[in-house]
Amino acid sequence: MSDQHEEGHFCRTAGEKIMFSDAIIQSIKKAQQRYPDQQSAVLPALHIIQKEYGNLSYEAMRFVSQQLRVPESDVFGTATFYSLYRWKNPGRHQIQICHNLSCSLLGAETMIAHLEKKLGVCEGQVTKDGRFSFIRMECIGRCDGAPAMLVGDDYHGELTPEKIDEILKKYE
Amino acid sequence: MEKMLLKRVDIPNSADIDVAMKNGAYSTLATAFGMRPLDVVSEVKRANLRGRGGAGFPTGLKWELCSRVPGSLKYLLCNADEGEPGTFKDRFILLQDPHLLIEGMVISGFAIGAERGYIYLRYEYPTALVVLEKAIEQAYAKGYLGKNILGKGVNFDLSVHRGAGAYICGEETALIESLEGKRGQPRIRPPFPASQGAWRKPTVINNVETLSNIPYLLAMGADAYAKIGEETSPGPKLYGVSGMVNKPGVYELPMGTTLREIIYTHCGGIRGGKKLKAIIPGGASTPILTEQHLDVKMDFNSLVSAGSMLGSGAVMVMDETVNLVNVAYVLVRFFAHESCGKCTPCREGTSWLYQVYQRLMHGEGRLEDIDLLLYICDTVKGKCFCPLGEGAIQPVLSSIKHFRGDYEQWIKEGRRGQA
Repeated sequence: MSDQHEEGHFCRTAGEKIMFSDAIIQSIKKAQQRYPDQQSAVLPALHIIQKEYGNLSYEAMRFVSQQLRVPESDVFGTATFYSLYRWKNPGRHQIQICHNLSCSLLGAETMIAHLEKKLGVCEGQVTKDGRFSFIRMECIGRCDGAPAMLVGDDYHGELTPEKIDEILKKYE
Repeated sequence: MEKMLLKRVDIPNSADIDVAMKNGAYSTLATAFGMRPLDVVSEVKRANLRGRGGAGFPTGLKWELCSRVPGSLKYLLCNADEGEPGTFKDRFILLQDPHLLIEGMVISGFAIGAERGYIYLRYEYPTALVVLEKAIEQAYAKGYLGKNILGKGVNFDLSVHRGAGAYICGEETALIESLEGKRGQPRIRPPFPASQGAWRKPTVINNVETLSNIPYLLAMGADAYAKIGEETSPGPKLYGVSGMVNKPGVYELPMGTTLREIIYTHCGGIRGGKKLKAIIPGGASTPILTEQHLDVKMDFNSLVSAGSMLGSGAVMVMDETVNLVNVAYVLVRFFAHESCGKCTPCREGTSWLYQVYQRLMHGEGRLEDIDLLLYICDTVKGKCFCPLGEGAIQPVLSSIKHFRGDYEQWIKEGRRGQA
């Protein structure tokens, strides 16, 4: 891959050099020990970087490729296959709202429309104050509490528009 | 029936090892280690335990195939990807009784000769990740994981591998690819994982619920276990019920409980006293049933006879206000999103179906679209690399079969959906 990708599809703050800390290198090394080969640590390594920086980038993939001695193209292929690796930074609190069948039967689309109106953003966008972003999810396994969503890692179920307003107040 | 799989789930703080042990966790390890590994396998085979992930493959047979392969390096994988829409049963065990799963995995590893296990956990369960990692740490500290467990020379190491959001990784060979750090696309079979699985070594992959059955099965013995529920697929079953019922939730009942008993006795019937219209008995990829099927027993064979599948036992209930065009749209959108792209019939077929449903959602449907949908399903049916494509067409075929009137009404009225 040539450097032209740096300006391309994958979001990167122009001119900013992303440094990967010793802590990240150590975490990746620790993850590697769980597997009999190097490539198996690709998913955990990408998780570690995404957790630290909020999203992945071309540099992140190149870094993982070098650390694990896996071809860049393979890391790229893996990273772009999965839905929940991100290329843009989400809001401080990422809302993941389910729109699959059990939630949709009990009003998920109404909740999503309410979120869009309340936050003033569409799916994938971040609010102006950087507080929230939201994405639609395919079944978060909370069908017994439908309609349901995750805010960060916290679960909220049996949503109503009023309940959503109350919940959002708790996140600064 | 006395609760087994959910026995400890309601006990406060049951994810803690001390609480779990006080309530019987790890008590079956000694029984298992007192047997020869092959005898554990034949006990599971005799009990006729069938896999709870969806396919219903006999667990004992899967184990036997793997344990017969020569070589000392084998792997045991737990499928905790639980991505089938409507399914949430495993979440209860993962969050509230992780030690049941760990105990089941140690015994299963001992039986097949695997000293290394991984739990493939879906990304969407962040809390379960924390709970599982703590439980594993506690189990190491107490000597139930690691080297020389109970001083019997049994070794078993376990860790969690977190997915990153891909339904296809619930398919066992795609799960292995994902574990190996690759794109989660299914592998050609044969070779089956039992002979060449993770890192090309003999591998067994079992669902969370299947592995959680093992300690109870061994403790009570195969004969007693085989008497629970339906003869052809005995044991307790976790039914996760969602949709328009009064009390959605997970219910542990004998395998073969009827839909009527599940919906009306345990879930308190339909919300708002409305009439039942449609039921999906086992997750998004199982054909839709109607109120005529209420007396069908919820086990593998009975549901196949009724024209559907048990799948993961995820029951989704719809009342008379629901239009099945909307339901099929939501499910087809899901499958089109999750098709991994490896084989053409599934990749193109699901997207094409989705485009037709989008047209219906925009109020621009034509009556001939119904036949077009059936035609597209025919180009997918039996032609896909893995079961995803086959599952994707089930909501379309069954909704047209049972509720063709819904489609005709939708199109004639030019209705629009929430798309």
